[in-house]
Amino acid sequence: MRRPRLLYVPFWATFVFLYLPIVVLVAMSFNAGESAYTFEGFSLKWYGALVEDEQVMTGLVNTLIVAVGSTVLATVLGTLLAVGLARYTRSKLLDALALMPAVLPDLVIAIGLLLFFVMVKQTLGLHSVILSHALFSMAFVAAVVRTRLTGADTSLEEASRDLGAGPLATFLRITLPQLTPGIVAGALLAFTLSLDEFVIAFFTIGAADPTLPIVIYSMIRFGVDPKINALAAILLLVSFTAVIAGQRLTRIGERGSRAQD
Amino acid sequence: MLRIDGVSRSFGDVTALDRVSLEIEQGEFFALLGPSGCGKTTLLRILAGFETPDSGTATLDGADLLALAPNRRPINLMFQSYALFPHLSVAKNIAYGLERERLPRAEVKERVGEVLETVGLTAHASRRPQQLSGGQRQRVALARAIVKRPRLLLLDEPLSALDKKVRADMQLELKRLQNEVGITFVVVTHDQEEAMSLADRIAVFDSGRVRQVDRPVELYERPRSRFVADFVGANNLFDGTADADGGLVTGSFGTLRGTAVEELDKGAAALLAVRPEKIALREAAATPDGEATVPEGEETPPSEAATAPSGEATMPAEDAVVPAETGAAQDAEATVPAEDAGVPAETSVSAETGAAPDGDAAVDGEAAQDGEAVPDGLRGTVLDVSFYGGVSHLSVEVAGREQPVLVAVQGASTVTTGARVALSWDERDAVLLRAAQ
Repeated sequence: MRRPRLLYVPFWATFVFLYLPIVVLVAMSFNAGESAYTFEGFSLKWYGALVEDEQVMTGLVNTLIVAVGSTVLATVLGTLLAVGLARYTRSKLLDALALMPAVLPDLVIAIGLLLFFVMVKQTLGLHSVILSHALFSMAFVAAVVRTRLTGADTSLEEASRDLGAGPLATFLRITLPQLTPGIVAGALLAFTLSLDEFVIAFFTIGAADPTLPIVIYSMIRFGVDPKINALAAILLLVSFTAVIAGQRLTRIGERGSRAQD
Repeated sequence: MLRIDGVSRSFGDVTALDRVSLEIEQGEFFALLGPSGCGKTTLLRILAGFETPDSGTATLDGADLLALAPNRRPINLMFQSYALFPHLSVAKNIAYGLERERLPRAEVKERVGEVLETVGLTAHASRRPQQLSGGQRQRVALARAIVKRPRLLLLDEPLSALDKKVRADMQLELKRLQNEVGITFVVVTHDQEEAMSLADRIAVFDSGRVRQVDRPVELYERPRSRFVADFVGANNLFDGTADADGGLVTGSFGTLRGTAVEELDKGAAALLAVRPEKIALREAAATPDGEATVPEGEETPPSEAATAPSGEATMPAEDAVVPAETGAAQDAEATVPAEDAGVPAETSVSAETGAAPDGDAAVDGEAAQDGEAVPDGLRGTVLDVSFYGGVSHLSVEVAGREQPVLVAVQGASTVTTGARVALSWDERDAVLLRAAQ
């Protein structure tokens, strides 16, 4: 059946609305002029200026430390949480509670964490940001892995036990390989979430050198520096790569499990 | 070797197993047969260790089985879904169990090679399970289980996922393997064909209880309960009361002859079961209404207690006059008093006359139709004839019975749909058993 062309108009309009700002931003990051608003020619100078900006570079390093640290933590804990939820409890309440941080407003988590850290007299710094990011991305990892576990065949685990493997060997050799695509997708999600997270980092970093989103925010308060466009373009690239890689992996995983059926 | 004693298990209100006791011998091919939800799978899972019974014991070679974790039991299970590890090759799947025993690598390799040879999959050793056909996957699952050399191998519906042709091959294969490796096999199935063709002995399950444990032939020929008679194979069941010498007194068909499999008190509620292939079928030539053309004076003994209940005036006479005596008709009418037969206002009919009795059955004035020289058996109309497997399967509608009587005849049938037929059987081929079971 042929669809009328007219129907495509709102479809493409939505896409333009979604991606026009991003396209403008990326284009402006290659601007040769000083103005952040008018394009005067192609140049990579803002990328060069970015590398020389110590504040930005520190922010970038901090952000990567936080992103990697919280991703590792969130992936391990989130996976275990998902396995626990899927295999050892039937409680819908626990399920909901475990996934709650993913939908809770960041501000609530941020204020709560700040209060908590102060209360337990925990010094603030990158480590507290890592913990905080791990907290909410753990919920995302758990959600992704949980979905995979629900679809997974428990008879594989029983077969492993039946063939003489203990619970630990079964988990490591059978359950974990089954979950790998889900775990990788969850980890990538956690990584990108942490990369540009502002609110929680802002609340929990204390007096330490800030992460990149905070650096950008403080720069923007004094007018839009074209350097920021370059920075945003780089972050965009990293996020895009991560998301696409994650999607690919999940799709491969799904195809794998479909082939078993 | 395996002794299961008083094992019960319930899930909430549902009793999956109710004091089940079984004994399985070394080297036996044993089947747990029953409809889905009868508890057989629960028993299998208890033996494998994935389920714990509420009460009862299970011992293997005298040692308590239930105290062991599933990975410590000398028992392996072949899953219905096969449960092959999709991320491992065929060889790795089979080696998995041996590697868990921490056997030396060379030995693992050797035993995997051997078993691959046994199931004929050497060429597929490095394939992934997804790349195999259903039959091949099943062989891998089987190889993975027997390579461990368990004391007991459990098989959950081993043939159900295969198409018909592969099934027949695998069936032979399973029997051959069982012979070769000498492991005790316990197969769980809802498919009686599977159970009958594979097993040395079968335990029939119903609603969490074992109804009968017997060899296939006994199970088929001497069922001991209504459930078994009905569930195992096609059967024709008649309800009534037992008479003194192996007969069943029914309301609509008089006395049917059979052989009691157990002591039955006279007058006790009883059940007669006769297999379709044991029923002899004769065409009864229909005669026009109102004419009694059948010659008299034939050499057939009088039939006893063959009438329709009185007052059923709407019933055509030809249906009402059913000579019910099936076996030795010689033992006279006197042996069955009216109260035993349970037929109100009984009228005796002599079958050989074929004429309408002067009793109630002929109220509507229609003359009885009679097949010439059909001294005994039921009569009815053929509803359907179907031919498959070299056997003609006929459904015969008999008045007074809700379900048609099933008859199986070797070869193509000469009888066609709508024909009037008389049915009879040898009393040794019909089983009489207690109804309340």
